[in-house]
Amino acid sequence: MKYICLGYINEKAWGSASEDEQKAMMDECFAYDDELRKNGHFVGGEALQGSQNATTISWRNGNVSVTDGPFAETKEQIGGIMILEATDLNHAIRLLSNHPSVRLLREKGCWEIRPAADLTMMIDESERRRKL
Amino acid sequence: MQNSPEYIRQLLSDIYQKESRPVFATLIRLLGDFDSAEDALHDAFKAALEQWTENGIPSSPRAWLISTGRFKAIDRIRRQSKFNPLQIQQVRQMEADTADPSKQIDKEIEDDVLRLIFTCCHPALALDTRTAMTLREVCNLTTEEIASAFLATSSTIAQRIVRGKAKIRETKIPFEVPQQHELPDRLGTVLQVIYLVFNEGYYASSGATVTRVDLSSEAIRLGRLLHDLLPSPEVTGLLGLMLLHESRRPARTTAAGDLILLEDQDRSLWNRDMIAEGTSLVEQAFLSKPPGLYTLQAAIAALHAEAKNAEATDWAQIAGLYTLLLRINPSPVIELNRAVAIAMHKGPEAGLLHIEAILERGELKDYPLAYSARAELCRRAGRTGEARISWERALSLTQQDPERRFIERKLQELGP
Repeated sequence: MKYICLGYINEKAWGSASEDEQKAMMDECFAYDDELRKNGHFVGGEALQGSQNATTISWRNGNVSVTDGPFAETKEQIGGIMILEATDLNHAIRLLSNHPSVRLLREKGCWEIRPAADLTMMIDESERRRKL
Repeated sequence: MQNSPEYIRQLLSDIYQKESRPVFATLIRLLGDFDSAEDALHDAFKAALEQWTENGIPSSPRAWLISTGRFKAIDRIRRQSKFNPLQIQQVRQMEADTADPSKQIDKEIEDDVLRLIFTCCHPALALDTRTAMTLREVCNLTTEEIASAFLATSSTIAQRIVRGKAKIRETKIPFEVPQQHELPDRLGTVLQVIYLVFNEGYYASSGATVTRVDLSSEAIRLGRLLHDLLPSPEVTGLLGLMLLHESRRPARTTAAGDLILLEDQDRSLWNRDMIAEGTSLVEQAFLSKPPGLYTLQAAIAALHAEAKNAEATDWAQIAGLYTLLLRINPSPVIELNRAVAIAMHKGPEAGLLHIEAILERGELKDYPLAYSARAELCRRAGRTGEARISWERALSLTQQDPERRFIERKLQELGP
């Protein structure tokens, strides 16, 4: 089963860490990511640019609206996503609990785990409808 | 008549009391789903009522019920799944599973009960969901019983359970006992639920009467079950703690339901059997170092239990245990308790110094017991005016009728 992990980070607190601290942390995290890849648990993932570079698209007053900034202005912003392949939630929790970022970011961040929704049935039904 | 329908009905009702949870737990493991297991459980008991009258009582009712429940579930899925390839595949897999459940050793079935407990108390579930699910699925209380115990509506409790089961199914929370290195943390969420259930019965957070017997004894029953299955030190400590608290129940309130403080209780009313059992459990739990959260609290309760009266209590050791407790679980409420123990040991002024410091930090500014404790120590120190102000503050904060009457009595005793 696929588990999408949303990594939240307090950008201000992260930015105030020294360059050496940031580098040391990156080294540990990348090493663990490699381990996840090697064991077939890392399905995909990306780090995100800072929320100052976010653009929000929505529907406002009958038009598409494009605005600067993230959807929600909160202290923690999504800093990266990772898709894990795990047998069940306990397995996913175990894989993520060992991710160095959990320990190194301390209160400066957190991860949220959401299982991927299986839309196979919905897609099948939709395809049947569209062929009508 | 050995096989008369009346006899079988009575026998099955007894078996249901004793076996429905282990059978249910094993069916969850075999069928992989709470709802299917529940249907299968009912089907199995229904079939027993019909077949045992005809064919006699099987040598192992438990194994018969598990095996029959599993077959009924496979039947049910087959009937519902004519056109669903996924379910057909599931049925084939279940049929191919050659392990005959009736051959399963009791140890494995006990492990299923443990799996059920850990699944219902999974940390990914909210505390109130965990509590409702544990009482429903492990203790077999009805949603109505749970609702009335928690002064909630049945639909609220039912909804929590439905949501809990959905999260278990949809996020794939496995039906398993955590691995050894995860056990301390995961056991914590189980013990938290048991202690919450106990306290809800013992302290009844709101409403007219102080104690609701059912939840406390349910929690002790659950504690005993867990202790049989997994006798790790903190489980032992929690069971001891609950028994030691429970031993004081007959002395805690007046006939009219008013609270009696520990120091004013008639200690001859304390249940000696529970104290003996609780104390011996604490001693066992204390053998493992360092003692945990529940073991330390139980040790404090044991020191109270062995004392003839408040003056004869070993307050110095109690204050020391609270210090250890604060180290593993920093909490202003524990600090408050330690302040009271220090007051008993070294005099009211010494205790008041600590209470003032806690209140100044503001964490307990809405906690009535903090002001009650301050008031009582002020009275003992001869600071009557300050005592009155604190009692009045406590009175404005409390939400319990008995506590309110208690404070009003204390205010009267202070005089005009």
